[in-house]
Amino acid sequence: MTQRVALVTGAMGGLGTAICQELAKAGHKVVASYHPQFDNKEEWLKEMAAAGFNDFVCVAGDVSDLASCQAMVADAEAACGQVDILVNNAGITRDRMFAKMEKDGWDAVISTNLTSLFNMTKQVSAKMAERGWGRIINISSVNGLKGQAGQTNYSAAKAGVIGFSKALAAELAAKGVTVNIICPGYVATKMVMAIKPEVLQSIIDGVPMKRLAKPEEIGGACAYLASDIAGFMTGATMNINGGLYYQ
Amino acid sequence: MSRVALVTGGMGGLGEAICIKLAALGYQVVTTHSPGNPKVAAWLKGMNNLGYGFRAYPCDVTDYDSCRDCVAAVSSEVGPVDVLVNNAGITRDMTFKKMTKDDWDAVISTNLDSVFNMCKQVLDGMTERKWRRVINVSSVNGQKGAFGQSNYSAAKAGMHGFTKALALEVARQGVTVNTISPGYIGTKMVTAIPQEILDSKILPLTRSTGWASRRRSPGSSRTSLRMKRRSSPAPTFPSTAVSTCSDRRVFLPAANINNRKERL
Repeated sequence: MTQRVALVTGAMGGLGTAICQELAKAGHKVVASYHPQFDNKEEWLKEMAAAGFNDFVCVAGDVSDLASCQAMVADAEAACGQVDILVNNAGITRDRMFAKMEKDGWDAVISTNLTSLFNMTKQVSAKMAERGWGRIINISSVNGLKGQAGQTNYSAAKAGVIGFSKALAAELAAKGVTVNIICPGYVATKMVMAIKPEVLQSIIDGVPMKRLAKPEEIGGACAYLASDIAGFMTGATMNINGGLYYQ
Repeated sequence: MSRVALVTGGMGGLGEAICIKLAALGYQVVTTHSPGNPKVAAWLKGMNNLGYGFRAYPCDVTDYDSCRDCVAAVSSEVGPVDVLVNNAGITRDMTFKKMTKDDWDAVISTNLDSVFNMCKQVLDGMTERKWRRVINVSSVNGQKGAFGQSNYSAAKAGMHGFTKALALEVARQGVTVNTISPGYIGTKMVTAIPQEILDSKILPLTRSTGWASRRRSPGSSRTSLRMKRRSSPAPTFPSTAVSTCSDRRVFLPAANINNRKERL
């Protein structure tokens, strides 16, 4: 099969790691993008090597900053060539009830989770269209679909991801570039496992499958969307949530 | 005493229709306008001549402090806001390829951040009043995505995500939060689209007989529209806006009312 270059943002988080691994297993060259302030890069690379993934290329950048994204994609291209697959996975939470939410918490989540898509996609989409092949995979959330108390900022940003993806899908449909959305439910990542045990248990109790997603169950969907055989799918939302929400 | 309804962007095509309908139902209607808008006095006079005692306050909805000042002024001079209609919005349509960061930021801040900015002023500290309505005006293109509107579709979809999350938080406090997603309406914003695009791309998508009509209002330029198909019958958009803030609709948190008949 054709080896393609896949750039994954937020690559060193729980979900990002699984996405990198699944894309690598599918034969792609993986570029792992991480925030410059993330200081466990070497440790992460060692873990990856121990798991058999020896050739991840790392690029640092802040997805909420356009100039930083330009530089980061230029780094990726210099190291590996043109980016064929972009996975916009980086995201943060700043959960608070609306009454207590401050503008900073709103802005941080909107810029990191939504405007980041503009910043990153802008660097690659036109070139993908010129080459006639590309995959853009945007990670949203079940909470972008259904709304979640304590997450007005996150729900807004993640819903916005879906609107953006559908519009861009329409623009690129005739150019061989697909744009799709994955809406994971609660995944067993460090971010979720940090939730207080009793709260986490109540979340799990609310999931019809009575468990969290394994990260590779999301990563696997990414690998599928990145594949040639997913070529007729665009503007679609994949719900992977254990039955938590039926769209 | 009549309830106070604050409509952002109330002097626009859709906003004006919302103001008129709310006034007809007995609300004390206040609209915001962009600071420096030269048409405010004329608009207020025109409305006043028709018997609508609207009030207007300057507000940059993209600016948190401006929203705070505006709502504070309305609260002290007119009364606390009971109904907030987040209607102000802009378009900066172009393909993603041509879109600049400015075009993205302008649309996200005006159409999405504005909802945060306004809701914070109206909802904070006022939940003890046990009755409040927030109506967010989104768009069919937030639900389905539209070619040339990656910024607008993102903002308008984001708005509904916000609606659903906020509705969950405040439902027990007598506050409902809803989204209305209109299709294409015969407003200036829509008629600014080149006729060729309207004819070839947009009207063919509508299964109904044409635009959703605004209610008949002065200054409406509906006759200038070259409509290939006729307006669909009621219920049209403004009456829906009002129905979500009537007492009869208290059990409608976080709906997304789709006033459109397009194929999806």
